[in-house]
Amino acid sequence: MKDDQLMNEEHSGTSRRSFLKRTSLMTAMALAPETVIKAAEKGLDEKIAATIETMPLNVTINGVKQSVRIEPRVTLLDLLRERLQLTGTKKGCDHGQCGACTVHIDGERVNACLTLAVTTEGRDVTTIEGLAKGDELHPMQEAFLEHDGFQCGYCTPGQIMSAICCIREGHADTPDEIREYMSGNICRCGAYSNIVDAIMDVKQGGKKV
Amino acid sequence: MKQFSYVRVTSGKAAISELSKDKTAMFLAGGTNLVDLMKSGVTNPERLVDITRVPLATIEATKTGLRIGALAKNTAVAEHPLVLKHFPLLSQALNAGASPQLRNMATVGGNMMQRTRCHYFYDTALPCNKRNPGSGCGAIGGFSRMHAIFGASDKCIAVHPSDMCVALTALDAVITVTGAKGERKISFGEFHRLPGDTPEIDNTLQRGELITAVDIPFNDALQQTHYLKVRDRASYAFALVSAGVALSLKGNNIADVRIAMGGVAHKPWRLKEAEAYLKGKPATEEHFREAARLTMAQAKAEEGNAYKLTLAPNTIVEALKLAAANGNI
Repeated sequence: MKDDQLMNEEHSGTSRRSFLKRTSLMTAMALAPETVIKAAEKGLDEKIAATIETMPLNVTINGVKQSVRIEPRVTLLDLLRERLQLTGTKKGCDHGQCGACTVHIDGERVNACLTLAVTTEGRDVTTIEGLAKGDELHPMQEAFLEHDGFQCGYCTPGQIMSAICCIREGHADTPDEIREYMSGNICRCGAYSNIVDAIMDVKQGGKKV
Repeated sequence: MKQFSYVRVTSGKAAISELSKDKTAMFLAGGTNLVDLMKSGVTNPERLVDITRVPLATIEATKTGLRIGALAKNTAVAEHPLVLKHFPLLSQALNAGASPQLRNMATVGGNMMQRTRCHYFYDTALPCNKRNPGSGCGAIGGFSRMHAIFGASDKCIAVHPSDMCVALTALDAVITVTGAKGERKISFGEFHRLPGDTPEIDNTLQRGELITAVDIPFNDALQQTHYLKVRDRASYAFALVSAGVALSLKGNNIADVRIAMGGVAHKPWRLKEAEAYLKGKPATEEHFREAARLTMAQAKAEEGNAYKLTLAPNTIVEALKLAAANGNI
């Protein structure tokens, strides 16, 4: 059973790849300079196939300019976790329902799981890894520690990224308002009351977030 | 997610032209619904035309109303000073929907184009006439707790999930769309359609057309508003039933009123009969009840959503009471 599955997966992978190889060779012959055709003939068509199915992306992540090639179907979440090893941003539901993947794009909180990475061309992305300055934690990270704003910690990066924007947007004046504007971040451990305390504390402390 | 090709455009003209290059191509705006549908295999475009950088996000006053660009983000609309001043109902409805993260991504046009959240539509292993015409409707005789009580057909009982669209229907908004043949206007109430025999068609937008703007006519008399959304939890859930009300009072008499509902039909459900009944009458619970009774005469439920036959009129009455009291009950 397992072997069959493996064979099927291998087979479907191979056929897609060989289709792209064929089409890449044809495209190369139709459009490309002679060097590309030579490359294709020398068996370098894997590279050409990869070029056709991927796109260049230039995006700034935590202040660092990243230039990668990715397929259009790759989400920002998968780019961060699988390609750039920024695994602080978590994959919870992968359907925009839990908020574990919350990051900032140009300073606004969004769900990275519903953002196609190619759409972030030229944008500025901040993840949980981009908050601390060396050993100095961001005030919101400090407050989550101080108030025990988590139990298992899986939702925490998303909670913290969301909480920062909750204050920046001006929606952290009362516990009720915080609960409403943090509703896009689910915590299965139920650390909500401590999360609200942490946010209230940062808001009242008046430190720049 | 299946593979697709991607192109980014910066003008409406280029968007329409790029879309025409592939029969399955779709516009990508905020992506909060489309990317999810693609992950689930419900929608499988082979080409995406990214329109997020087309300059259509302006919110500005015209001589007769407010013009909102189709790519304005839900958050930007909900918090815009002109929206808060002239159309508080729209702001209330938007803030009742989704989460702050999703509202930062979702656009006005995309909100209108979002598909139903019916579980049978989302689960590709189950029958659904909307996803796969002719395969049957799983919700009829199945789990129908979230489903329609107005205007459904024997092919589909799904509801349109938007809150924003309920407010725009009540406020008599007009949509501008543009396509290869030029521009045309669609009144908001005519945009979404009832399922009939073709539930796979959600609205009257034609293939190749792009929504560019929504205009809401000024009617500053309608300042008393309330959007009441009843759902399974206090926030971040789709409506079981919602009601948006905008009214003006002269003394205790209703000078003018607009009412629309969400979570009850395949389109935002405007309550014209109730509005006509209430106009000129004193704003009393008795009249609100009668308006709700008139509305419910057309309602029909399945076993799973029969509770909506009680919940819907109560929601209408409560929303009217709250609007008439300006929220001070």
